[in-house]
Amino acid sequence: MSAPRSLFDKIWDRHVVLRRDGQCLLYVDRHIVHDGSFHAFANLSRRGLKVRRPAQTFGTPDHYVPTASRSSADAPTPEIRRMVETFSGNMRAHGIRAFELGDDRQGIVHVVGPEQGITLPGLLVVCGDSHTSTHGALGAFAFGIGQSENAHVLATQTLWQARPRTLRVSVEGRRPDGVAAKDVALALIAKLGAGGAAGHAIEYAGAVVRAMSIEERLTLCNMSIEAGARAGMVAPDDATFQYLHGRPFAPKGAHWDQALAAWKTLPSDAEAAFNREVTLDATGLEPMVTWGTSPEHALPVSGVIPNGPTRALEYMGLVPGEPLQGLSVDRVFIGSCTNSRIEDLRAAAAVARRGKAKVPAMVVPGSGLVKKQAEAEGLDRIFREAGFEWRHAGCSMCVGINGETGRPAERIASTSNRNFEGRQGQGVRTHLMSPAMAAAAALAGRIVDVRR
Amino acid sequence: MKFTTLTAPAVGYEPVNVDTDQILPARFLKMPRGAGYGQFLFHDLGAGKPDLARGAKIFVANRNFGCGSSREGAAFAFYDAGFRSILAPSFGDIFYMNCLKNGIVPVRLPDKVCARLRALPAGAALTVDLEKQEVVAPEGTRHAFQVDAFYREMLLKGVDELGLTLSLESEIGAFERRYAEAFPWASGS
Repeated sequence: MSAPRSLFDKIWDRHVVLRRDGQCLLYVDRHIVHDGSFHAFANLSRRGLKVRRPAQTFGTPDHYVPTASRSSADAPTPEIRRMVETFSGNMRAHGIRAFELGDDRQGIVHVVGPEQGITLPGLLVVCGDSHTSTHGALGAFAFGIGQSENAHVLATQTLWQARPRTLRVSVEGRRPDGVAAKDVALALIAKLGAGGAAGHAIEYAGAVVRAMSIEERLTLCNMSIEAGARAGMVAPDDATFQYLHGRPFAPKGAHWDQALAAWKTLPSDAEAAFNREVTLDATGLEPMVTWGTSPEHALPVSGVIPNGPTRALEYMGLVPGEPLQGLSVDRVFIGSCTNSRIEDLRAAAAVARRGKAKVPAMVVPGSGLVKKQAEAEGLDRIFREAGFEWRHAGCSMCVGINGETGRPAERIASTSNRNFEGRQGQGVRTHLMSPAMAAAAALAGRIVDVRR
Repeated sequence: MKFTTLTAPAVGYEPVNVDTDQILPARFLKMPRGAGYGQFLFHDLGAGKPDLARGAKIFVANRNFGCGSSREGAAFAFYDAGFRSILAPSFGDIFYMNCLKNGIVPVRLPDKVCARLRALPAGAALTVDLEKQEVVAPEGTRHAFQVDAFYREMLLKGVDELGLTLSLESEIGAFERRYAEAFPWASGS
């Protein structure tokens, strides 16, 4: 009998092409590219290389696209417009299947991959974006790479990697009502620290994770990188299989049956060893809000500003001892690869329908298909009637490089993943929270506990 | 890009968890590489910005340096500003790899050693010796470090990583055939 192996071990082992000096050359099943991948394509052109496996490469523009319309002509500057158009040119030149602006399938890479069934259990998925950890929610090993690595994968369909250590995070207990997957993620990052899981692949386990919907697992895995982890993953189960069945790029017919049989062997063996184990009890969790400039600066909403690093306090314009609740916000952003899926929009709309936004608020769905689904459910109407702007899909204000940013010193309640200095615009103060909490902040014009 | 040993002025920078948004603000990412990314290094930091004006080539940082976004522009910015080595107790994983692929040697040293090196007067010279895998402080103290053997070899010999992998085509092709047989549902439609 072979030694017991974890989900991660099983996926890693089957992707090793060869080993050399402590590194493994890994085979890549799926490579997703976006409009920030131009350095990689420039690299290929310079060397006269072709894309080795166009059928395993998928593209969609997300970082630079305008969300007010579906025309790159509406980009705020010619340079931003050029990014979107360069992307299209690269996709055409290399014969890569792309979901372009105007195609309902276009959207944020980490929303589109799972939604289209491009991401599957057991696969190795990479993308030139750190939040690629998201895809692990379906039982894939997925991680973000740089542009040199991007070019390497395009040309060879492989990547050199050192085997990460493994960390099992068991979320146990009972998750209280009103506590979202985002809150679990923020609580965990606060516990581990922003670099606490560096060099590790996390497997999320435990009763609370098992009970999560696939979209909640996507949110949880998405934030793995904010604890420094290389990847986050959840063992595939019936919920995963149901989610994937019938998705456009998921296996069909006999291939589906073969895949299903293979996927059922993926979960970690009972005796599998992990380099580290951490347990989080969800029972006492509250909605979480970040106060500072690192995702580890997360507090329960009932908390008070701690005596944290001076620079973070000054940047955020906060004083230790001040309560989080009641802090006025200037703007609200609901979107990003963390929280822009249909369940996120439903949670936000359920709050938005109770009132009117006191501050500018915008909702940016994660993909054209999420947008369509939300409109079919009437969520767009709820948001509009509550004074929220209803946008087209893209990364938008999470990273702001499409020109959609806040103004200096503005305080933003945001469902995105990073509260770094300047992330949402120079001088902008970001408070991360769940979609329901962000919607509640819009209605109140300040940070409130959505449960009250 | 080749690296064997370097003796050069160092500059220290104290904050922990410095993310790549601080190293290179996202709005500069659309610049072509030819523009030179050095001018954007720590562009928005304002007060408290590390002193980059003294021709330093070695950067001494704190825990979890280069966390956050995968933007390789952060490594471009260090390289184009003249840096060839970054010392820190720990790094963001993606930034660490991006350094290795851009001729910057990332060196992990214990917290206390980094603290001591950060406290040196600006412009004090350090030696980063990749052959011996040690950092030599101005007073001669040697601090051993380890870089993955694979990348150490690459850097010492100036091997082109992509070129190396392209030369392994027959192994990759053979793997691909075996893999497609074992997992016929996995190879894309």
